Amino acid sequence: MLDQGISDLLEDRQGSVLETKADGATAAIRCGTRSAAGSVSQRACVFCGSRVVLYPIADALHLVHGPAGCAAYTWDIRGALSSGPALHRHSFTTDLRETDVVYGGAAKLEKALRALIAQHDPKTAFVYSTCIVGLIGDDVDAVCRRVEADCGIPVIPVDSEGFKGTKKDGYKAACAAIARLVGTSVDPAVPPAPPRSVAGINILGEFNLAGEAWMIRDTYARMGVPVVATLTGDARVDTVRRAHTACFNVVQCSGSMLGLAALLEEKYGQPYRRVSYFGLEDMAQALYDVADLFADSDPGMAARAEALVAEEMARVLPLLAPFRKDLEGARAAIYVGGAFKAHSLIKALRHLGMQTVVVGSQTGNKEDYERLQQLCDPATIILDDSNPVELSRFVLEKKADLLIGGVKERPIAYKLGLAFCDHNHERKIPLAGFEGMVNFAREVHGSVTSPVWKWSARRRA
Amino acid sequence: MLLRHTPAEPAVDREALTINPAKTCQPIGAMYAALGIHNCMPHSHGSQGCCSYHRSMLTRHYKEPVMAATSCFTEGASVFGGQANLLEALGNIFTVYNPDVVAVHTTCLSETIGDDLKQMTAKAIDSGKVPAGKTVLLANTPSYVGSHVTGFSTMVKGIVEGLAVSTTAHKLDVINLIPGYVEPSDMEEVKRLAAALGVKTITFPDTSNVLNGPMTGKFRMYPGGGVTVAELRAAGDSRATVALGPLASSAAAQALALKCHVPCEILELPIGLTATDKFIDTLRRVAGVSVPDSINRERGQLLDVMTDMHQYTYGKKVALAGDPDQLVALVDFLVTMDMQPIHIVSGTPGKKTLERMRPSLDKLGRPVNVKIPSDLYQLHQWIKQEPVDLIIGGTHCKYIARDEDTPLLRFGFPIVDRIGHQYFPTVGYKGGLRLLEKILGLVMDRQDRDAPEERFELVM
Repeated sequence: MLDQGISDLLEDRQGSVLETKADGATAAIRCGTRSAAGSVSQRACVFCGSRVVLYPIADALHLVHGPAGCAAYTWDIRGALSSGPALHRHSFTTDLRETDVVYGGAAKLEKALRALIAQHDPKTAFVYSTCIVGLIGDDVDAVCRRVEADCGIPVIPVDSEGFKGTKKDGYKAACAAIARLVGTSVDPAVPPAPPRSVAGINILGEFNLAGEAWMIRDTYARMGVPVVATLTGDARVDTVRRAHTACFNVVQCSGSMLGLAALLEEKYGQPYRRVSYFGLEDMAQALYDVADLFADSDPGMAARAEALVAEEMARVLPLLAPFRKDLEGARAAIYVGGAFKAHSLIKALRHLGMQTVVVGSQTGNKEDYERLQQLCDPATIILDDSNPVELSRFVLEKKADLLIGGVKERPIAYKLGLAFCDHNHERKIPLAGFEGMVNFAREVHGSVTSPVWKWSARRRA
Repeated sequence: MLLRHTPAEPAVDREALTINPAKTCQPIGAMYAALGIHNCMPHSHGSQGCCSYHRSMLTRHYKEPVMAATSCFTEGASVFGGQANLLEALGNIFTVYNPDVVAVHTTCLSETIGDDLKQMTAKAIDSGKVPAGKTVLLANTPSYVGSHVTGFSTMVKGIVEGLAVSTTAHKLDVINLIPGYVEPSDMEEVKRLAAALGVKTITFPDTSNVLNGPMTGKFRMYPGGGVTVAELRAAGDSRATVALGPLASSAAAQALALKCHVPCEILELPIGLTATDKFIDTLRRVAGVSVPDSINRERGQLLDVMTDMHQYTYGKKVALAGDPDQLVALVDFLVTMDMQPIHIVSGTPGKKTLERMRPSLDKLGRPVNVKIPSDLYQLHQWIKQEPVDLIIGGTHCKYIARDEDTPLLRFGFPIVDRIGHQYFPTVGYKGGLRLLEKILGLVMDRQDRDAPEERFELVM
């Protein structure tokens, strides 16, 4: 099916691909390495990582210090919804030109910052450094300090020069930026440290794509769990600054926010728990785990969680049944950013009677991949930092009916005549929680059973 | 009120600041141009993110897979230079992906550390990383210079410099067509028009059947379209070059004139009646052919609709954001139909753009807001000061359109929320007709929506 002359599988890539064994034994996959130069990788950069994590803070000013491109490509491309302000949906950039590169861009940055703060009166400002800033040596920290002192709001530099690592390093830089805000509340009613008596959590690693954070907060509210801050879905600067008053951090999307959880634990003694909100089991488990955190202060919560789960299961399972009837036996391929999400997806797909035959991620780590191998059926292909040639080869070889991925994978699936589900930041419907599972099933069902595939050459063959 | 943050009056000092850019950076234009070469792998010499962003953006615009490789710069490369990365990359690409051509463009990162592409490529050839018969094309496209349009222009020039050769003093009966930074559908359309005139052409770049390919059930790294290496070599023997869009195409046309003594004619993009007339007439003249009835008929149809519907275009105020070549032609087309383009921005710098628009704008007999370079924030402020009947620009204008409750004609780059631009041209008479149909649809739908019950008309 592939172009002639394209060699079978890059030799260089062989360590990054494996097939699960029948006896369940796991093997080490090569991961966490840099992509080979010349590869058509689906990965992004440090700046991208920082931008996606901080972007949903809606009443902050996000200023991209660099050429216009970096700002243009990240302008409102994530469906991270805000219930109020929309300052984050603007694209602000210093639009560095050649003279700035020669003479330095710090003065321009300072001018831009002061103008924007005067105009928009934001609660805080994030200044993203792009590749070029790291090279020309602008003292961004000094500019931020000066403007912060004069304007009286936190002005936080984000060290996100594109070349200084991977997207994960961008998450780290974003977490460091958030950590600088946490605990700086100017409200006298906000205590400086977590009180022992107030039972509240922070939701970490939830970006309110398609409104998912709202659904999760609702669910927690039904269980009686107060949420102090969501980081960073539909976040406001003031709630971020109060985040240190929560008792626990509940972390989703391990790749992006685990670092912040560790930082906060160290600084404020907030323990954290990793959860996933995708799929029924993982959502239920998330609620049980959170209830467990409150076992001492609110012993009734476990029962409430169980009741809630039972109620939701009773509501949702019958809704899934008709989808499952049509999807039973269909095969899925998954290629996502972080591998943690893939775990949940495999389980969610099983609920729909679907088997995962190919699964990969851009930035999974060793433990992620080991867990993946344990979760998957024998003869499943597992990939790290894959590319279009490999992906298309394996989805065809394994006869997948569906690909789950992001913006760059969608057209590949469609060209091959495969159904597709966007589980990345361009998703339009909430896929988290119980209701999200129904939406997920509907979306998968809609694509897999669509009559349009009837005319696809591959299906007819 | 998504853009409630935009006040009508200028408030901030905008010297140091771009808000809601009406452009993007050079490398993506270079990547797009490279995709118009048959069996070509575009290569981004810089951080991994650049390549990923460009591919994603082009994929959103075309709804097609977009292939490109990257040098995957790390901190080390940024200190010690990217030579090792480029050599490794070229080796890997030719071995694994087997293209005919690798078209390398730089980024702000590799430019600033002073990577010398020419020297590095020579080294790659010396060390056997480039197999015999394969081509490496080069374009210097730092992101802090120009815009996506100049990046495109530089890569097209790089194509000429890297491949075109003059092998004979007697030029052949072939015309080079450089279509400009336009859609695959437009490239297809200029080829169709030339063929209808009976002119043999070499069209480059040509992204048709690369970024608007059919659904085949196969994924192809190189989808089949694009100008071939053999054609590009032969371009040096053509009788003349007709270059469309001065900003995007003249650099290549002039380079070809200099290198291979192929005389060139540089025209505005053939958008609308008069610009298409010029294009057809130039092709006729340089190729020594006559215009067939079929093309005269297409022209007549466009003119027919312009006259039939002129009462609906009369006096309509329009705000435009886009790339210089497109704006110049479009403004002329609008003025031809008695419409009033009153607010105009482009993010792409260049003093000539306004000069090129001046003759059309002067016909309006009223003051017009033009700022180049500028951004969509500026455009929005102007629209608040003097509202318009229609906005023409890329998808990002939809915020303004919604906020000001004004119809938006999606035109330009990027369009990430509608389809059509891949398949239906806006150049040529047919393209003009399509643009006009869309303009009329928007204006008349609005009239229908806003008409009071008693004035709601059946026949329009």
